[in-house]
Amino acid sequence: MSIFLDENSKVIVQGMTGSEGMKHSQRMLDSGTNVVGGVNPRKAGQSVSFEGGHEVPVFGSVAEAMEATGANVSVVFVPPKFAKSAAIEAIDAEMPLLVVITEGIPVKDSAEFFNYAKGKGTTRIIGPNCPGLISPGKSNAGITPANITGPGKLGLVSKSGTLTYQMMYELADLGFTTCIGIGGDPVIGTTHIDALEAFENDPDTVGVVMIGEIGGDAEERAAAYIKDNMSKPVVGYVAGFTAPEGKTMGHAGAIVSGSAGTAQAKKEALEAAGVKVGKTPTEAADLMREIVGGAA
Amino acid sequence: MDLFEYQARDLFEKHGVPVLPGIVAEDPQAAREAAETIGTPVVVVKAQVKVGGRGKAGGVKIAKSPEEAEQKASEILGMDIKGHTVHRVMIAGGADIASEYYFSLLLDRANRNYLAMCSVEGGMEIEQLAVERPEALARVAVDPNTGIDEATAKTIVETAGFDAETGAKVVPVLQKLWDVYREEDATLVEVNPLVQTGSGEIVALDGKVTLDDNASFRHEDHEGLVDTKAEDPLEAKAKALDLNYVKLDGEVGIIGNGAGLVMSTLDVVAYAGEKHSVKPANFLDIGGGASAEVMANGLDVILGDEQVSAVFVNVFGGITACDAVANGIVGALEKLGDAATKPLVVRLDGNNVEEGRKILADAAHPLVTLADTMDGGAAKVAELAAAGK
Repeated sequence: MSIFLDENSKVIVQGMTGSEGMKHSQRMLDSGTNVVGGVNPRKAGQSVSFEGGHEVPVFGSVAEAMEATGANVSVVFVPPKFAKSAAIEAIDAEMPLLVVITEGIPVKDSAEFFNYAKGKGTTRIIGPNCPGLISPGKSNAGITPANITGPGKLGLVSKSGTLTYQMMYELADLGFTTCIGIGGDPVIGTTHIDALEAFENDPDTVGVVMIGEIGGDAEERAAAYIKDNMSKPVVGYVAGFTAPEGKTMGHAGAIVSGSAGTAQAKKEALEAAGVKVGKTPTEAADLMREIVGGAA
Repeated sequence: MDLFEYQARDLFEKHGVPVLPGIVAEDPQAAREAAETIGTPVVVVKAQVKVGGRGKAGGVKIAKSPEEAEQKASEILGMDIKGHTVHRVMIAGGADIASEYYFSLLLDRANRNYLAMCSVEGGMEIEQLAVERPEALARVAVDPNTGIDEATAKTIVETAGFDAETGAKVVPVLQKLWDVYREEDATLVEVNPLVQTGSGEIVALDGKVTLDDNASFRHEDHEGLVDTKAEDPLEAKAKALDLNYVKLDGEVGIIGNGAGLVMSTLDVVAYAGEKHSVKPANFLDIGGGASAEVMANGLDVILGDEQVSAVFVNVFGGITACDAVANGIVGALEKLGDAATKPLVVRLDGNNVEEGRKILADAAHPLVTLADTMDGGAAKVAELAAAGK
């Protein structure tokens, strides 16, 4: 099995007809994802031809696309300015899974659409500012390269896109059930804890790699969750030990404020919860391999 | 972006939050004129620095005449407060303070909403109050979609323990502070102290505001709030080139793709550099596309840092193809010509890695060393950086 995304997922793309949307829709199709539609009110009724003989219809709204195709996942590629209204549209249509790839969304907009979704209770949001998620061999919702690793028995949850790819590559010998990039913004829809809980409940996942980075206290809260709730082994990696106080390190959420949000505090919290933490991504991968070696 | 007090004051005024007159001055003469304009018998000369504790450091002084304001300003301007040089003072009207309170509204990342904090014990460091007397600090969650409406403002003042009469006067001020937060795309609005004057007026005496850089596309006026005087010249150059760069104090220049991988690269280099006594010199994320131009711009900024003695390029080709990155590096070195003098260690993995490594091997640039792994590359660059120090 996998979490949140599987071979039955039907994906639509909000912003499919833009340049990023086109590029990544093609990549999703190439990796076997069932992309059933795009959304663009100005191009409703048309269809887009992709390489490989895929003809994907364009709908005027998320609700119409869901009605016509039974889509249960939407991937958002629209620019920051329009991301909130795109998200609200999907939430209003009760889209079960909403993956917001867009980077640079004002945090106020994310806070508003996240709380709107929370109030309605029918949409899980992943992101924003994330690569999305992939269940290798089944479906790929977002921009994660599908050729790094195949299906296997590990789960991966990470704030960072390229560190997700790096870790998938390091552990390609074991493979993954699902890899989720939850995003590097201060407000994100799905947290480390949500993903850990889903992996704990997934019978095919035997261990989880959790990648964190400076900023906020999501890793500390995840550590407490792991201690109380996880029976499966978790290996951690945290980026940003050398980050100076008060500087945003690329991701809007990656900032050490005063003494809060440091990599050291996160590492210590995870270790106190019994999580082995690698000093480098390679070391974290080795730790995971040692632990699940026989099981995978 | 964190604002100066005078900038916060101006935003407060714009949204109808009661403030005292305040004029910013960059030299003593201007401070004197500001005091004359304000015209109250007493003015306060306040150092404008983005750090707390300026009062204790001697950065806030009372002046009883424009002449005295000029003199105090000349004492304060140029001072160093916790590593921040004072380039500006704000001349503020004097206030007759009867009581001091505290209020802040900030993004609560853990709960993904906003948190209002309020206390009838203002004026002191809030971190200290939160630790020593947490019961004196009211914490009220604020829904981003409804904000601080009248009902929420009433809850805040009641939880904080204001008396009914004062509370009724504070409620509309909190609603206006919400307007500042929402309409300016802030992630922090803090007033410390919020005061009640002898005549019973509520006034925001000192403010701290942090604005969301991601929202700058809808706030053209926020660009004018950037403190160009405090910008590191290399950071300013990188910003002009649209590069995501943070200057650090070290010898190993770092270029990578993706914020997480670059942070990780810094750590791995710091770890490998321990035995060579070298450290990472910067954070530089070239993002998804690594054209020759972006690579050349990145190298140009990094090589402009005189402390840098070697550079580590660490790229995992996800969407980006390694051959494009390799072409970018070769192109950048050609473009830089004799300006490129420092050794480069390059680690490529992922998409089209074989082609990428071949391009670099064929180019055989004398400054470039290929590394097979991230950890191996970090070890190599630390060694080269130490040798070139």
